[in-house]
Amino acid sequence: MILQGFAVLLVCQLVGELFVRLTGILVPGPVVGMALLLMVLLYRRGVPEALRSTSEGLLRYLPLLFVPAGVGLINHGQLLKQDLLVISITLVISTALTLVVTVVVLQGLRKYLGGKNG
Amino acid sequence: MADLPEVFSELWVYLTASKLLYLLLTLVAFMLAQWINRRAGGTPFLHPVLVAIALIVSYLLLTDTNYGVYFEGAQFIHFLLGPAIVALAVPLFDHRERIRREFLPLMLACVAGILTAVFSTMALVKLLGGREDTLMSLAPKSVTSPIAMGIAEQIGGYPALAAGIVLITGAIGCVLGPPIFRLLKIEDHAVQGFAMGLAAHGFGTAQSFTLSNLAGAFAGLSMGVTGLLSAFLIPILVRLF
Repeated sequence: MILQGFAVLLVCQLVGELFVRLTGILVPGPVVGMALLLMVLLYRRGVPEALRSTSEGLLRYLPLLFVPAGVGLINHGQLLKQDLLVISITLVISTALTLVVTVVVLQGLRKYLGGKNG
Repeated sequence: MADLPEVFSELWVYLTASKLLYLLLTLVAFMLAQWINRRAGGTPFLHPVLVAIALIVSYLLLTDTNYGVYFEGAQFIHFLLGPAIVALAVPLFDHRERIRREFLPLMLACVAGILTAVFSTMALVKLLGGREDTLMSLAPKSVTSPIAMGIAEQIGGYPALAAGIVLITGAIGCVLGPPIFRLLKIEDHAVQGFAMGLAAHGFGTAQSFTLSNLAGAFAGLSMGVTGLLSAFLIPILVRLF
């Protein structure tokens, strides 16, 4: 069961990677794979049980999957130190602003454009 | 290790060269980080991903192990990121009705978020007197790292630094998100998730899935759309500045 779901995910990723290779677009292969799988699901109008259990299992551990890449920060110590203060202030303020603007715009537009679903 | 019997030091040499050790280290550090986070009442300042990264970095620095050796073992976990991103199609499918209904507000909010992220970053770096190459490495900070590295290269930043900045931004977003939503009284998980995926890409998406499936789906959506739009928008926006 789980095996079939995993195979479907890998096939979509593979097709995505090949697509990126062939077209040279600046998008990661898995993102293209996600779009592809979504199109297939919309066409089939349903998620096979095997795919659902594998996907939900993987997504439950999504935070763990970022740890190995995150440890890579160890290599950027020198670069970060050069402009440390500028970088930290910028990141904190800009990230806060981005979060605020996104929620305010989204909330506001939903009220004015899609009013009935409040 | 000099005072240990020879058999132990041989064992130690074997272990440190073993992929299994670093795979296990990653899992154990993460489980420990989850435990610490639970004990601390789930505060975002002790986010399990951040605590796990800090634990592993400390271990690598203490044992003088370089990242390449660690990654040999950890790559098995890292590899699963690809299929996990593909798997985001499932929650997106589940919430397709709501996404279709609110497509226009979602896309416009996404563009507004990207413009805010890029312009506020550039303005702040200029204001604080940062260097040009720092600026170009910071511009794609809210974009998922594989796309951010490509953008940084294109506009004259350092891809490696950009990747590091993206990780830190993700962590900052996870810390700032919950108090900001509380302050603005945003209770809708879809809105929260969407903002987290936009500002803090994969980290924000991962955190949103721990909140609910709905939050995770919208975070995955905004992470993907932000990545796609940014690849086109950022190279144009930085030229305007």
